[in-house]
Amino acid sequence: MKRSNKPIFWALFGAGGMLSALIGPMLIFITGIAVPLGLLNRETMRYERVLALAHNGFGKLALLAVISLFLFHGCHRMYHCLHDFGIHVGPGLKAAFHGFAAAGTLAAAYCLFLVG
Amino acid sequence: MAGWWRRNPYYLWYMLREASCVFITVYALILLWGLVRLSQGEVRFEDWLESLSSGKSLAFHAVALPLVLYHSWTWFKVMPKTMPYTRTPPAVIVASGVTAAVLCSALLFVSVWWFGLWSMP
Amino acid sequence: MIRIECLRFNPETDTEPHWRGYDVPFNDEMSVLEGLQYIKDHLDGSLTFRWSCRMAICGSCGSMVNGAPKLSCETFLRDYFPGPLRIEPLNHFPIVRDLAIDQTDFLAKLESVRPYIINPDVPAQGTFLQKPEQQDRYYQYSQCINCLLCYAACPQYGLNEKFTGPAALALLHRYNADSRDAGKAERMAVVNAEDGVWGCTLVGYCSEVCPKGVDPARAVNQNKIESTKDYFKNLLFPGKSK
Repeated sequence: MKRSNKPIFWALFGAGGMLSALIGPMLIFITGIAVPLGLLNRETMRYERVLALAHNGFGKLALLAVISLFLFHGCHRMYHCLHDFGIHVGPGLKAAFHGFAAAGTLAAAYCLFLVG
Repeated sequence: MAGWWRRNPYYLWYMLREASCVFITVYALILLWGLVRLSQGEVRFEDWLESLSSGKSLAFHAVALPLVLYHSWTWFKVMPKTMPYTRTPPAVIVASGVTAAVLCSALLFVSVWWFGLWSMP
Repeated sequence: MIRIECLRFNPETDTEPHWRGYDVPFNDEMSVLEGLQYIKDHLDGSLTFRWSCRMAICGSCGSMVNGAPKLSCETFLRDYFPGPLRIEPLNHFPIVRDLAIDQTDFLAKLESVRPYIINPDVPAQGTFLQKPEQQDRYYQYSQCINCLLCYAACPQYGLNEKFTGPAALALLHRYNADSRDAGKAERMAVVNAEDGVWGCTLVGYCSEVCPKGVDPARAVNQNKIESTKDYFKNLLFPGKSK
């Protein structure tokens, strides 16, 4: 039987799953509900503040980790969902989904590089 | 097998858990988009920030929140099965995971809230 | 009286399965198996179903009861009164006749995991020694009675017949985790394959329906970790593991 390549994607899926399980809901609440509705001070996400976060080494890591791992988790699961719905999934779709997550990761890394 | 997941409540809950991944992906893309706008300067970034207050954005996040909470709950519920061999009772493992999530979330909220109380020069 | 509806199929006379209903007198103590036996003894002698021990240890009497995989000897009519109670053969297996299914595929999967102690180093005297802590690592998985409820429960097996499946993987783990066994390397090919542990998406229904508390979902997912470790070991040191 041929060895599966699943472990790489599963490890990324797991890391993303753990991260999103720990802080996903709170992040969504803060950035998507609390700040836009003014429950939290709007200043929290002001340009200068977020830029300062992105300039900081740990901040860069945090932003990259959240975007990248959330993407890998989501894409890996979405790919499996297709299979669950009975859609035939082959290496092409597998590459597309995980490639999308990888592309998102690269885009995030590039932006963080641009930001300085 | 078509529609198999509709024939048993257990499978429906499984599909709900799986569906959360769509919202996690879209949320990550929203953040990524914010990062892109950040790299394009203040005006573009403030536009992005403003768009978070739109009806569509609020609606998305309002749906995403309970679904991602459900992902979080099921993630820890299933942790006794995904962890390496241990004699710790499953209930303790689940409780530890949930506690960790609550603590991390609280820490995140408090730091952001406290951070927001400063006024920058 | 309780109404029991059974899915019937005789390969010699039928082109398709069809339902037959029966009114069965019952009392609070009757199991679904006893209901089926009443039908066979008094109402319709052609009804075919497997059973043996009547006490959830032989694994013969599995069927779908109102859409859920159950052992009919351990499921009680009183919980379904007044009915109708719908009984079908276990999901995801070909029907041989009425409620009897063809387990050939499972037996092949079982054989593929080498479900026996592999150890060339037999003790010089007497038997292997094993401490209670060592037995604890595999005990629950050794309780499997091969009843196939988990296969009926598993949608991944339903979608892909090549998936090794819960019970076979649980038994694979039972031997890998047994301190007397030394055959882990030989079983890794099955673990690592796309249709090995990686066919599982942790629906978890298998563990939910297991009548013996085997928890196959746990066995499979422990081995995802093992498979991942093995994968990276092979990446870094190719040739050292299969």
